[in-house]
Amino acid sequence: MSSDTTLPNTHPDNCGGCTSCDPNAVTTQRLGVKLDGYDFVVALAGNPNTGKTTVFNTLTGLKQHTGNWPGKTVARAEGAFACRGKRYKLVDLPGTYSLLSASVDEEVARDFVLFGKPDCTVVVTDATALQRNLNLAYQVMEITPRVVVCVNLMDEAKRKGITVDIPALQELLGVPVVATAARRNQGIDKLVLAVAGVIDGSIKCEPKLPPTPPKLQKVIDEILPKVKRMVPGLPSPRWVAYRLIEGDHRIRQALLSGELAELYPVRLPVAGVVNQPVMEDVSDLASEQGEVAHV
Amino acid sequence: MSEQSLTPRDYLSQIDSLRQGIDDSFRDELVGEIYTHATMVTDATVTEKDNGPAWDEKLDWLLTHPVWGWPLMIFIFAGVFWLTVAGANVPSAFLAGLLIEEGGLREWMSEYIGWAMPAALSYSGYELLHMLMDLIHSPEWLASLLVDGIYLCVAWVVSVMLPPMAIFFPLFTLLEDLGYLPRIAFNMDPLFKKSGAHGKQALTMAMGFGCNAAGVTACRIIDSPREKLIAIITNNFMICNGRFPTVIAIGAIIASTQLGGGAWAGTVAALTVIAVVGIGVVVMFGVNFVLSRSVLRGQSSTFTLELPPYRKPAILRIIYTSLIDRTMFVLARACVVAAPAGIAIWAVANINVADQPIGLYIMQFLEPLGWLMGLSGVILLAYIIAIPANEIVVPTVVMLILLLPGMGETSLQAGRMVEVGNDQLAQMFTAQGWNLMTCVCFLTFVLLHNPCGTTIWTIWKETNSWKWTAVATLMPVVMGIAACILIATTWRLLA
Repeated sequence: MSSDTTLPNTHPDNCGGCTSCDPNAVTTQRLGVKLDGYDFVVALAGNPNTGKTTVFNTLTGLKQHTGNWPGKTVARAEGAFACRGKRYKLVDLPGTYSLLSASVDEEVARDFVLFGKPDCTVVVTDATALQRNLNLAYQVMEITPRVVVCVNLMDEAKRKGITVDIPALQELLGVPVVATAARRNQGIDKLVLAVAGVIDGSIKCEPKLPPTPPKLQKVIDEILPKVKRMVPGLPSPRWVAYRLIEGDHRIRQALLSGELAELYPVRLPVAGVVNQPVMEDVSDLASEQGEVAHV
Repeated sequence: MSEQSLTPRDYLSQIDSLRQGIDDSFRDELVGEIYTHATMVTDATVTEKDNGPAWDEKLDWLLTHPVWGWPLMIFIFAGVFWLTVAGANVPSAFLAGLLIEEGGLREWMSEYIGWAMPAALSYSGYELLHMLMDLIHSPEWLASLLVDGIYLCVAWVVSVMLPPMAIFFPLFTLLEDLGYLPRIAFNMDPLFKKSGAHGKQALTMAMGFGCNAAGVTACRIIDSPREKLIAIITNNFMICNGRFPTVIAIGAIIASTQLGGGAWAGTVAALTVIAVVGIGVVVMFGVNFVLSRSVLRGQSSTFTLELPPYRKPAILRIIYTSLIDRTMFVLARACVVAAPAGIAIWAVANINVADQPIGLYIMQFLEPLGWLMGLSGVILLAYIIAIPANEIVVPTVVMLILLLPGMGETSLQAGRMVEVGNDQLAQMFTAQGWNLMTCVCFLTFVLLHNPCGTTIWTIWKETNSWKWTAVATLMPVVMGIAACILIATTWRLLA
């Protein structure tokens, strides 16, 4: 992997030299804990020991303690970075394996993704244990479509002779996938670009989620319309249905009090809001990463 | 009622009736679906060159093997304790010579370095301080309080505690840094589950070998309040570093009295430590079992524990963190506690009521209970003085014997500190009429008694409950008294 962190020039020759065409414009400013006046909120989720905190530190320039130990990070760490004139607040969620069970860590992470409504959630995964890590990625994608999957520890994977086909993974997941080796500061700028793209709508996320388990299909079909009626603007009615089947008190409460309905108002479709040829952008981004990943 | 006017409450009750028919397999279905999907995706995108299992996978296979994992674990821990006990001897003797014993330094030099040290250079700190006090014509009582009380107690703690800690903590940090601790938790998980506790308790227990207060703090990694409480209450059954020296000293006394001392002393001491640690682990599981089936009833919760990759340990960082953050921290704490304890020891030995030091009254009062427990009044008095820190029990016993009149021929009032090596310690104990039963009961009480002051304080901070703090404090000491009485009575009946 080279240290080249520029994007391939995917813009037409006549774009008039917009900032994206200038490779130097991609540099990320590390803002540490200067959190005031941010434009967007980005959440950082991931399994423990995937280098999540390293990604956090690389992006913000902070020095959060990293450890070889499944310890207690219930408190959220927050930092900030800027890119192309926009300021992003980055929230490091506690490392979890799922968002299903009731441990404090999982609740903190779950609540932030659902109720904190981050503009984008980055799921940091371990390239050497992708299958296990996708479990969490799918659960996050079930709650919000605005997800970037960061396949970290690519250097470790290379050492172990593991290659990940990033473009294919992106195709199968339906959200942007970025390969990184955060320890060596590789791929971080592409991660920032993907996040920015998801937030400004230039990259569309259409998560391809696992199907509803056949045994549950019938009951989900019955519950879904009721959830949609309660919170029409919810991006994740099926997830809420799952939680209600499980008897999740926090979700029930949020539905009863109208908290969820308030958080997710109905969005009227506005024509032309989404910029065009964006998917093209992403796939180019991806193909370049694909090479990177195979080197 | 039309569809439109339904409130969230109505919808929820409809949903509630819909979910009636769904059983507990729901979550498995859901996770299973995600798993199948993820497998499909990774099969299509991830390729692995088959180099055979990497070295770390082979190592994990061995270290977490259902059969081999156990002896390896016991072997590794026994090795750590062995190195600690065996390695601490020589530096302990050096420190004792430097700080306390008359002529101890010269003896040490000639034995280990082969240097006949001039007598003029080999005064110990204790002797020098007394000379200094004489020089400035300090009143007798002040010199006695400062040097025989405070200095001696602190010097004892340093020479007894520093060497084992300076060996144990780096070794322990090394295991931690290598990533071995989570693998212990993996091995022990089935046992913890059977005893109704949380598998992560293994990690907090491992920390407890270093320091119970640290172990109690580490219980934060356990989410379930019930299992966290169990882990906090039982952490005290892990023999902490501060108690090692006591166990080592008694082990050495057993070797000296039963086997005539000599070459066997180190081995017996190490085996004693390993045995006491093993019994502590068994007791811990037993108490887990009882608690989780009585006052702290409940299911043990499942958790995911990732085995972190083996890392090349950063030796310099290990030495730094283990010596500065752990050894010096614990030692400083012990010294802070030892100074007032020195004053207390001096006070009970030197403040007289009706021509008898008050220590003697307390001892005589404690003697019947002490006898019943196979111990003696002086040992119980030492335990009371040493409540703030376990590590000063043996020094306190020795100093009480030396300072209180009528306890033996060697009295400090008569002159200066005598040389107290293991054999001398054995002689001193034998002179008190103490035998193997006393040693066994002493060891039992070392294992089963109240946590030290710092740990009690930490338990209160972590649980925020006087009730649980009281349980964690009193339960082990009651157990200890009961166990000692049982052992002593049985012993006396059989003998």
